[in-house]
Amino acid sequence: MQQFKDSMKGAQLVAKKELAGFFSTPIGYIVISVFLVIAGFLFFSTFFLYGQAELRAYFELLPLLFAFVIPAITMRLFAEERNTGSFEMLMTLPLSTVQIVTGKILAATIFAGIMVLPTLFYAVSVAFVGSPDIGPIIGGFIGAIILAAAYASIGVFASSLTRNQIVAFIIGFAICIVLSLITKFLYFVSPKLVSLFEYISADYHFQNIARGIIDTRNIIYFASVIIISSMASIYQLEVRR
Amino acid sequence: MINVQNLVKHYGDVKAVDGISFTIRKGEVTGLLGPNGAGKTTTLRILTCYLQPTSGMVSIDDYLVDENPIEIKKRIGYLPESAPLYPDMMVYDFLQFIADIREINDVERITDVAIQCGITEVMHKNINELSKGYKQRVGLAQAILHDPEILILDEPTNGLDPNQIIEIRDLIKELGREKTVILSTHILQEVEATCSRVIIIDKGVIVADDLTSELKSAKGKDIRINILAGGASFDQLKTALCAIPGINNVNHIHDEEGLCHVQVITGSDIDARPAIFNCIKDNGWVLYEMNREYRSLEHVFRELTVGA
Repeated sequence: MQQFKDSMKGAQLVAKKELAGFFSTPIGYIVISVFLVIAGFLFFSTFFLYGQAELRAYFELLPLLFAFVIPAITMRLFAEERNTGSFEMLMTLPLSTVQIVTGKILAATIFAGIMVLPTLFYAVSVAFVGSPDIGPIIGGFIGAIILAAAYASIGVFASSLTRNQIVAFIIGFAICIVLSLITKFLYFVSPKLVSLFEYISADYHFQNIARGIIDTRNIIYFASVIIISSMASIYQLEVRR
Repeated sequence: MINVQNLVKHYGDVKAVDGISFTIRKGEVTGLLGPNGAGKTTTLRILTCYLQPTSGMVSIDDYLVDENPIEIKKRIGYLPESAPLYPDMMVYDFLQFIADIREINDVERITDVAIQCGITEVMHKNINELSKGYKQRVGLAQAILHDPEILILDEPTNGLDPNQIIEIRDLIKELGREKTVILSTHILQEVEATCSRVIIIDKGVIVADDLTSELKSAKGKDIRINILAGGASFDQLKTALCAIPGINNVNHIHDEEGLCHVQVITGSDIDARPAIFNCIKDNGWVLYEMNREYRSLEHVFRELTVGA
């Protein structure tokens, strides 16, 4: 237990440093602005048309939006360190690879949380005009954080592969977009394969949570994505020594 | 304290380090000297647990690099080559980050180290605004912040101007009084100025490992003595000097303003200088200058690494 606490402390310190790093350059603010503009458009473009007091349109497209935005947040986390050489200093500090990777994922997830926070305003405005079902809204925001953590783990892995931030972004985006869109092509596959595709789709599991039902299967899915990506990053950092 | 046995590191097909062994005792200041690409940085990176050795054993304070890297990292302060730091961070924040990770609770420590490294006036600047010299000093501050027993510095004066070089060397000398220091360099004066021991590496193998003074004293080698004398021609000088026992040869360097500059070569077992002085005096000539040429480390280095 003590060991776990020590290990979390190291991860927290890394996360704190990275989080400050997001806000010390304009990139953090740009990413947040772009996200809010697009999310606002998605939400309000249908809000007045349908006249329904719900956030479905926003949550339906959130995985797609995250697939684009989260890799942009995570792309620098290892790639930049490799490029400037600070990676060498980080790796010779008394931190384990697990702590470093966990810290970076944590930072990106918290940043995504800060980014999503203003969209709580949508929930408030919906509550003003009607009486929305509160379950899907709470589920949607919890799901958004879990989804962000999963995509952040993928993005961190992508960043650990290269010293070029653009390449890191493209790899991260490619993996996340596949996980977001894979259920959209199910018209062409045989019904037997549908459940398999559904199982590997982040969108499918996220939409389940966003319906207000938190099922262990969905949690297990996201936990597996986070653990597998983290292990892949750790392996990548260890093997390149 | 530091024990390296048969260390080998391959990058793909390239053998960067090819079986080197050495031990470093507590309190030594050791210079790792070698031409560019000799394997100095690779060796240091393995000692600091950044790279994994292909084979061989490396232990620091009885901890093995492949078993207890965290314990080793705690005991080492490391300044990587060209001091890569976080460019977007403020110097103070950066040192605070290192202090947190190193679990330093003493609030005065950062200020003390900043004074020691002479960076107090840049503490609130961003690292990317700093000059090379200041970056290097911030890197050094980061390395000594937790008062480590072992300090590993990879080319600490690379890219600095002469004043900064002298300042950093003084700082290293000061630190070397109480710590074990390993520094790598390809600058020979640096080793002569700061290190008590030299390990010369070339193409991944150790070609010399000795005290700096021993390497320079050139045991078993010829000693050269330069003489500037007046009142005699070279031939006269040569005949007179060659009569002195122990002198093997006398070479004419050149004549300048009526004075004759010669180089006397003797064996290393005797000091021929008193005899030379008396010989010139007895002949009624005048001795303007006489000095013994110390074998420079440069000389040793070239002999060992160019394959003379």
